[in-house]
This record gives sequence, structure tokens and C-alpha cells, in this order.
Amino acid sequence: MIERTVRVTVNGRRVEKTVEVRKTLADFLRDDLDLTGTHLGCEHGVCGACTVIVDGAAVRSCLLFAAQMDGHEIETVEGLANGETLDPLQEAFREHHGLQCGFCTPGFLMTLTCLLRECPNPSDAQVREAISGNLCRCTGYRNIVTAALTAARSRAASARP
Amino acid sequence: MPAIGRSVRRLEDRRLLTGRGKYAADFRLPGLLHGAVLRSPHAHARLGEIRSKAALALPGVVAVVTFDDLGDVGRIPTRLGHQAGNVVCLQRPLASEKVRYVGEPVAFVVAESRYLAEDALDVMEVDYEPLPAVADARRSVEAGTPVLHDAVGGNVATTLHTRKGDATAAMAAAHVRVRERLAVQRHTGIPMETRGLTAAFDAGTGMLRLWGVAKIPHFNRRVLADLLGHPEHLIQFTELEVGGGFGVRGEFYPEDFLVPWSAKRLGRPVQWIEDRREHLMAANHSRQQYHDVEIGFDRDGRIVALVDHFMVDLGGYIRTHGVVVPELTAALLPGPYRIPHYTAEARCVLTNKTPTGTYRGPGRYEGTFVRERLMDIAARKLGVDPLELRRRNFITPDEMPYDVGGGALAQRTVYDCGDYASALDKALAALDYESARREQAEARRQGRSIGIGVGFLVEKAGLGPWEYARVEIDATGHVVVYSGVASVGQGIETTLAQVCADELNVSPEKITVVHGDSARVPFGVGGFASRGASVALPAALEAARKVRAKIFRVASTLLEAAADDLVLDDGAVHVRGVPDRRVTFRELARAAVPGPPDMEPGLYAAHFFEAPMMTYPYGCHAAVVEVDVATGTVKILKYAIAYDIGKAINPMIVEGQLVGALAQGIGGALLEELVYDEQGQLLTTTFMEYLVPTVMEMPESTEVRILEETPTPLNPLGVKGAGEGGSSGCGAAVANAVADALAPLGVSITALPLSPDRLSALIRAAGDSR
Ligand code: FES
Ligand code: FES
Repeated sequence: MIERTVRVTVNGRRVEKTVEVRKTLADFLRDDLDLTGTHLGCEHGVCGACTVIVDGAAVRSCLLFAAQMDGHEIETVEGLANGETLDPLQEAFREHHGLQCGFCTPGFLMTLTCLLRECPNPSDAQVREAISGNLCRCTGYRNIVTAALTAARSRAASARP
Repeated sequence: MPAIGRSVRRLEDRRLLTGRGKYAADFRLPGLLHGAVLRSPHAHARLGEIRSKAALALPGVVAVVTFDDLGDVGRIPTRLGHQAGNVVCLQRPLASEKVRYVGEPVAFVVAESRYLAEDALDVMEVDYEPLPAVADARRSVEAGTPVLHDAVGGNVATTLHTRKGDATAAMAAAHVRVRERLAVQRHTGIPMETRGLTAAFDAGTGMLRLWGVAKIPHFNRRVLADLLGHPEHLIQFTELEVGGGFGVRGEFYPEDFLVPWSAKRLGRPVQWIEDRREHLMAANHSRQQYHDVEIGFDRDGRIVALVDHFMVDLGGYIRTHGVVVPELTAALLPGPYRIPHYTAEARCVLTNKTPTGTYRGPGRYEGTFVRERLMDIAARKLGVDPLELRRRNFITPDEMPYDVGGGALAQRTVYDCGDYASALDKALAALDYESARREQAEARRQGRSIGIGVGFLVEKAGLGPWEYARVEIDATGHVVVYSGVASVGQGIETTLAQVCADELNVSPEKITVVHGDSARVPFGVGGFASRGASVALPAALEAARKVRAKIFRVASTLLEAAADDLVLDDGAVHVRGVPDRRVTFRELARAAVPGPPDMEPGLYAAHFFEAPMMTYPYGCHAAVVEVDVATGTVKILKYAIAYDIGKAINPMIVEGQLVGALAQGIGGALLEELVYDEQGQLLTTTFMEYLVPTVMEMPESTEVRILEETPTPLNPLGVKGAGEGGSSGCGAAVANAVADALAPLGVSITALPLSPDRLSALIRAAGDSR
């Protein structure tokens, strides 16, 4: 069993852990850091349920190894809300019924968080494009698109002085 | 404002949005071991020696379980669709003597981590003696094909018959007869969360606990108790979050025995989490049917007879659903039409493929495709507009209740109520049918292939026989609803809270809902067959009404006032006009034990709601599609669903159900297929081969009309159930639209899915033959 020590920042918190080199980032987050909000729907890079943000980019944590993460900054769904206050995207998902079983939801939230940072005022087509690599089996996607567009608008509104 | 009928935001969402929901794989216990299943790589083989020595020698491997270790273990029984003769085809938790499909569990490895358990699978040695396999149901019934279960004496497990009137004679006398072969492919629910289970055994008390159960916890607890020979009261089932059900999750599978058996044997908690490849080969498949169907009309275009001979591919074993899927197809094949003479014969055929079960709209997705495609084909032959042909044959509201002539789930199919013509009109209006036709004509002139199609469906919902609920006001004044229903991720907590909120005058957000826990809810049937709204909600409503009566009874004693003079407000009761003379729920709950002498102590009440008859929601799907003739790609430009569910408790949730089900329906119509080669190897074992619709495949616009025109008389809320109608009509509507688009090219559409490769082959073939 080959191990490595990794130092990462997860949701703003520094952690140092020794991990087996074959351990995926998803399993590291879930098993070593107890951040089980990151879900595994396929473990082969298609469903997007495991999406997290690494150094500002949305990535699939089932396709990365924890050992590759040394020195990087990771954000997961657990870092979105501020205490009990949902962030605008989470709030919009609730308001517009953008989730049913909720299993795919963390992946969508992370993908869209990334989109809204890069493109604060996306078009319908841009939202669809952004989430075209995330599978949801419950919602039919329509309310997810609505939630994302609403969140963009409410962010824009709250950013205005 | 009443909570019922309002789009109350879901109680479930906050925890799910923040990553705090605990799904099967998120559950942890100290000392947890992890299991992995060794599965057969062969579709059909004699099982020889299984050598575990190398696996057991690996570090961290704790046990390897094979059939011989299980002793005299029974077969997993059917839950529905039982046929006495089929017992010999039921599956055991591990293979013995023979394997009959790729993916069949052969051994169960338990190790300190999932990684180590999978390492151990790699070094397991099994002797197989491969046998010829049969992967096509149509070949399976031919003479000389390999037989899966010798005790059956062939590969037809059962043949089901439905008979109304004399269809043979009526067909012979028909003015026009239309006969077609139509087929629906193998596909299935594919929840985004795979299956998973954790079990722990406490040797001190004998208590065996399971976490991650779903759908039908009380039933499955009994099955497990019987299979293990363990007292039922010493088994506790607890549901966690459920990442999608769709009929697939929560049935009793082999792993549901292996995990608790191992935990009990090893005296340590064991967790098993399915991976996606396993899910695609191990969880129930569904939908595969081949129909040879004929319909006869009189001179006026009225249906005189329907005769259907169909075949259902069951796979290698019969699982918990028995033959209920073909039963449902036969029971509802006549759909919304008045059909005086009807026969159906369903052959339930075994093949060397994964066993099958239900998937959202089971039997109806298939049957609706068959009937509605046939109606369009017949309309063409009769030279009648397909909508007109439907209107001419609809059962009318004054014919209700209407006995269809068949039955399923041990009851006759008797439609409770419905106004079918109105639902058709609503769907057409939502689609803006007239302008769609104009646009189609215009597009045709430009050389574009646009088509319009409808699929009318009659669903069934609210399968009983009963559901249990208990409503309680606890000693701190909180309202708690305990329900025997189970979550499948649809939002049942919210709707349960809504129906109780109005009775008890509290806001639904303040109500706690408990379900899926055998220790806290003593009875239950579960979450399937769109029964949450029409069976579980009335149970909760009636229990809440009983509690309301008790509240007034206790309050009138405490406040020394007549019940008529009391007002129930937010969590308290006061005397009308005297707001200070007031007692809170907290005080009432404490005073209710033992309470007034003529009252059963405690501020709680239970209710069993019985539902001997099912209810039949109905509706219409309508689609506008464009086919790219060069690539065979179908784009859905516009889609409309009008669906009558009697009464919507939470329109937001209902609409979510319909649009979500539609996505699955579209998957079945255009993309999804579990493909096998001739040797019975499953070729679709990842999401690269098994294509689930993404946002890109969804219609450019979708209109949903929730109709409440015909509340059912079968329950006090008038609700029917909304879970499945968003799927069932979709294969039909899309296929009819594609057929309409390609009619000028002479392409005939008789099978799903209409994937680009299949469709372009059909387009080429039509071109060649012209
Ligand atoms: S789990 Fe990573 S993409 Fe599906
Ligand atoms: S909400 Fe269930 S998979 Fe998306």
C-alpha cells in the first residue's frame, strides 16, 4: 500500500492527511473528511453527481486521486451555505423545486456555482450547456434551469448598490 | 390559507441542498466492514468449485460467503403477480449449481474496506462450465432452445389470459381489421443513487438493524425474517434518504439477504454499496415486450374487437414482481376506448438476462405505445383523422364506472371516473395544435420533416390494500405524522404535512414526518404504484381528524367550555371571543394523559385507510418533433401533457413529477436500451453505453396542464396519484409524431427506441424499397 501526505484546503479549512495513492478525491472527501454531500452516481465520469470545485474549476472528483490534490483548494456542497442561511442558488433550487430525491443536486449546485462565477448573467442556452454533463433522473431538468436563471438574477440584484 | 392545494415548498429540501442528507452510502458505524459481490461473467453455465483461498489470504479480507455457507436458504418470494407454478423460477440469494444471467451473485466478499473487498474479487477462482444461452425471448420459445429451469420444462413460465366477450367472432365480422407487430425495448429506472445497505447485529439483544431500506420496509422485514429464521420483532428497518426509486429500488434483492446474513454471522456491521456497472446488470430490468396485435372496426370506425398476443421477456429468474407487469399491460391495454370484445394472451418467457420488475408506469408505458401506435396506423388505413378516431371511441363520463373486462393485482379493472375527450382537448390546446399543424405544413414545404403525435393514456394509481398513519402531538406540543408509506424522493413528507396542517391549523413547516422506520411506525405498505397521494394521505387525514376531535375534547375540559365555543389557532385552542382563555398544544398533550374518562388517553390517533379499488388517472401527451433525415436524430420541439389527477395536493410537486417522468419517458422513446449480444453478454454497462437523457434531449418547451375535472369518489381527498402518467404516454406520443414526420418517406414505426442508428436504418430501408 503506497501512501502520500496531502495538504489541501477544503471549504476554507486546511487539512493534512495521509492517503493511499489509489484513493479517489471523492472517497477522500467522503471517507476521510466525512463530507458525504459529494455523491457518487457512476464513478466513471459521466453523471456529474461528484462534481466539486478545485481551484475555481468544476471537476469530477471520481476521476481524480486525492494524492494529486496536494496544495490545491477544494470546495464542496457543504461550503455553500452560510450556517443556516442558504446561498442564492440553493434558495432558488428550493423555491423552484429544482430537486426531488436530491442525489444529483450537489453536483448541479457545484457546476452552476462555477458557471455563475464565470458568467454572472447566463442565457438559458448557457445554463443548459453548463449542466449538459450532469444527469438528473427525477426533475426533467426544467426547474433546475429556472433555478439557475433566478439565482443569477437575484445575485445581480443584490450586487447592485 | 389552506395548505392543501398550495405549492408548499418542500420540507425535505434544506437538508438535501446543504449536503446533510444521509443516503445509503453516507451511513457510518464504528468497525464497519464492506462487502462486494462476485458476479457471474457467463449468461448460462454450470457452477463448479469456488475457491476462496487466495482472496482470504489478502490483508483485510474477513470472509467469503458462497451458497454452501448459507445452509438451507429459501428463494426470494414474490410480492405481487404470484403464480404458484413459478416458485421454481424464483431466485436464491446466491447461485447454486447454475448461473442464469451475467451479473448473478456467486459469492459475497467482506473486507475492511471497499477497495480491499474489490481486490479480493480479482483473485477469486470459480469453475464454470458454459452452457448455450438464449438472449432473445422470441427464440426462447422455439423448440430445441436451451432451457433455463428444468422444472419448468421449457422457457414459458406462465401464460396469462384476459377475455371479454367473443373477440374471435367480432373480429371475423369486422369491417376493417388492422394487425401489427409492435415492440418495446428492455430498459429500466436507473435512479441516480445506486442501491446500498448497511446491517448490524447486536448479539446481546439479538437485534438485527438495517439502514438504507426503501419502498416497502415492512414487507421486506417479514421476508428477511422468514429467510433468516430470525424473529420479526428483532429486526429493525430504517430508511435513509432515497436517491430515486422508480419501481427498481427497494424490492427484495439477493444482496438484501447477503448483507444482514453476513452482519449476523460475523458479528460486525457490514455495508454494501452497489456500483453503476453492477446496478445495470443486477437491479431489475423492465419493459421488454413483443406484441402481435389486431384491432377491428365497424363501418363507422367504432372498435368492435381487440386481440393481442404478446410476449414478455422476464430474464433468468422471476423476482418479487412475479408476472405483474404483463398483467398490468393486459388489464389496461384497452385504455380510454370502448371495446366490446377483447382478448389478450401474455406469454411470460425466461431468457438468460437480468431478471425484471417494474419501472414507472409498468406495463402501461408498453401497452400505451402499442394501443396508441395501433390507433394511428388504423386511422391511416381507415382514412380518418387520428384524433377523430379517438374521439369516436372514447368511453364517455356517463358510462362511468366502466368495467374494462380484465383485471390485475387481484382486482377487476373498473375505471372510477373520467372525461377523456376533455383531456384530449386540453392537451391539444396546450400544444396549440392548430398552429402546430400549420407550422408543420410550412416546414414540409421547406423540406423539413416535422411530425405531430398524441398518446392518450389511462393510468392506475392508489393500489391498496391499505395504509397506516398515526398523528401525534408530543409533550412539547409538536405535531408528528407517522406514516407507513416510504419515500422514493418525491416529496411525500411535504404532502403528508400539508393534509394534516389544515386539520390541526398549524403550518406544514412545523410538522415533523416520520416514515420508513419499522421501530417508529409499526405498520405500513410502502411507496409504490402512485399510492402515496391516494392511500397514504387519506390515512393521515383521517388520523389528523381523530386527533382534532381529541384536542377539542381535552380543551373543553380544561377550559370548561363547550367544544362548539372553542377555536383552534396556531398550536393552541381558545374560547371564542376570549383569547386569554387559551391552552397550548403542549398543555393539551400533557393533560391528555390520561385525559377525560371517556377518551382514549394521549393526544394521538392512528388510522388504517383501506383502498379496495384502484383509481384511474388519465391524460394525453402531445408532441411536435423534428427528424433530421440525414442522421436519424429526433428533436422534440414542443411537448404538452394534460393529466387528470382528481385533486392536486401540491401542484408544484405534481408538475415536478410529470416533467421528471416525462424525461424518463423520452429516454425510453429515444435513447435507453439494455443491449445484449447473442450469447447473453450485457453490452450497456456504463453511462457511456446506456444513455440517460440530459437537459439537451428535453423538449424546447413543455406545457403541463394538471386537470382536476374528475375527483375520484374513492377517497376523501379526491386525489388519484401523479407519479406515473408523465411517462406512460410518452413512447406513444413521440413514436406517433416521428411516424407522422416520416410518413411522406414511407417509414413505418413499430418499435422503440427511436435512436439515431435505428431510425436512420429505417429511413435508408424505406428509401431502398421505393
Ligand atoms: S460519480 Fe463522478 S461523474 Fe458520476
Ligand atoms: S433530483 Fe433525483 S436525480 Fe436529480
